[in-house]
Amino acid sequence: MDLTAPVPLQAFLTLAALLFCIGVWGLINSRNAVRVLMSIELMLNAVNINLMAFSNYVDGELIRGQVFAIFVITVAAAEAAVGLAILLSLYRNRETVDMERFNLLRW
Amino acid sequence: MTIASTTEQICFVLLAATLVLGSLGVVLLENIVYSAFLLGGVFLSVAGLYLLLNASFVAAAQVLVYVGAVNVLILFAIMLVNKKESLASIPSLLSRRLLSGAVCLGLFGLLLRVAFTTAWPLPGPTPIGEEATFRIGEHFFSDYLLPFELASVLLLMAMIGAIVLARRDVFASDVITGEPADQGLIEKARTPLLTDRSKQPTAP
Repeated sequence: MDLTAPVPLQAFLTLAALLFCIGVWGLINSRNAVRVLMSIELMLNAVNINLMAFSNYVDGELIRGQVFAIFVITVAAAEAAVGLAILLSLYRNRETVDMERFNLLRW
Repeated sequence: MTIASTTEQICFVLLAATLVLGSLGVVLLENIVYSAFLLGGVFLSVAGLYLLLNASFVAAAQVLVYVGAVNVLILFAIMLVNKKESLASIPSLLSRRLLSGAVCLGLFGLLLRVAFTTAWPLPGPTPIGEEATFRIGEHFFSDYLLPFELASVLLLMAMIGAIVLARRDVFASDVITGEPADQGLIEKARTPLLTDRSKQPTAP
C-alpha cells in the first residue's frame, strides 16, 4: 500500500457499499421499529458517501454530487420526522414496536 | 483540504473503522439506546469523511441535521416507546438471518465488482476545495432552483404531517359536521383499538 498516494476513489466506494449492506441487513432483521428507521438512515448515508466521492473525484469543478447530497439530507430529515410520527401513532394503537406484530395488512 | 497524503490515509482508515464498527453496533446491539448513540458516532464519522472529500459545507450540514436533529429525534422516539417487552420467538429466525446475510454479502460483492471493474473517468478536474460553498449556492439559485424550492415545500409537508400523525388531542367537535366528538373514545387512547385480539373470532 502506497503511503504517499491519495486515498483512491474505490476505497470510498467500498466503504459505502459495506455501510449500505449493513443497513440492508439491519433493515431486514431488526425487530424494533426504531432500529429499522436507523438502518434506513445508514443506507441513506452510504448513498451520500458515494455521491460525495464522485463529486470530489470525477466532478470536482461543478460538484453536482454535493448538491444532490444536500437534497438527500433534506429528504432524510423529512423521512425521519414522518417515520417517527408514524411509529408513535403505531405504538399508541398496538402498544408494541415489534415489527413481527405489525401484520394487520398481511394476507 | 490540503493535507499530506499519509495523514489523509490515516484519517480515512480511522474514520472507516469508526464507521463500520459503529454501524455494526447500530444493527447488532441489543440495547437500542446504545444503538442510537452509536448512530450519532456513525453520522459524525461520515461528516469527517466529507471533510476528507473537500466538502466542508456538507459536513457542517451533516453534523447539524443528522447529529443535531435526526439523532435527537430518534432518541426522543426511543424514550417515548421504550417499554420492556419480551419478544415472541420466531421459529425460523436463524435461517432468516443467515439467508439475509448471504443476500447482503452477495450485494456487497456485486457493488465491489462494479466499483473495481468500471473505468471511472479519473483523474477528473481538480477539486475546487473551499470554493465549494459558493458553487453550491450558485447551483441552488440557478440550475437547481426548482428542486430547492420543492425541498422547502416538502419540509413543510413533512412537518405538518408529523404533527398531525403524532398529536394525541383532537378537536372537540367534528370539523365537517359540527357534531361533538365522542370524547370517551378519545380519552380511551390508553386502551388501544387495534391490539391483538386473536382470541376472539373477528367479524368477517
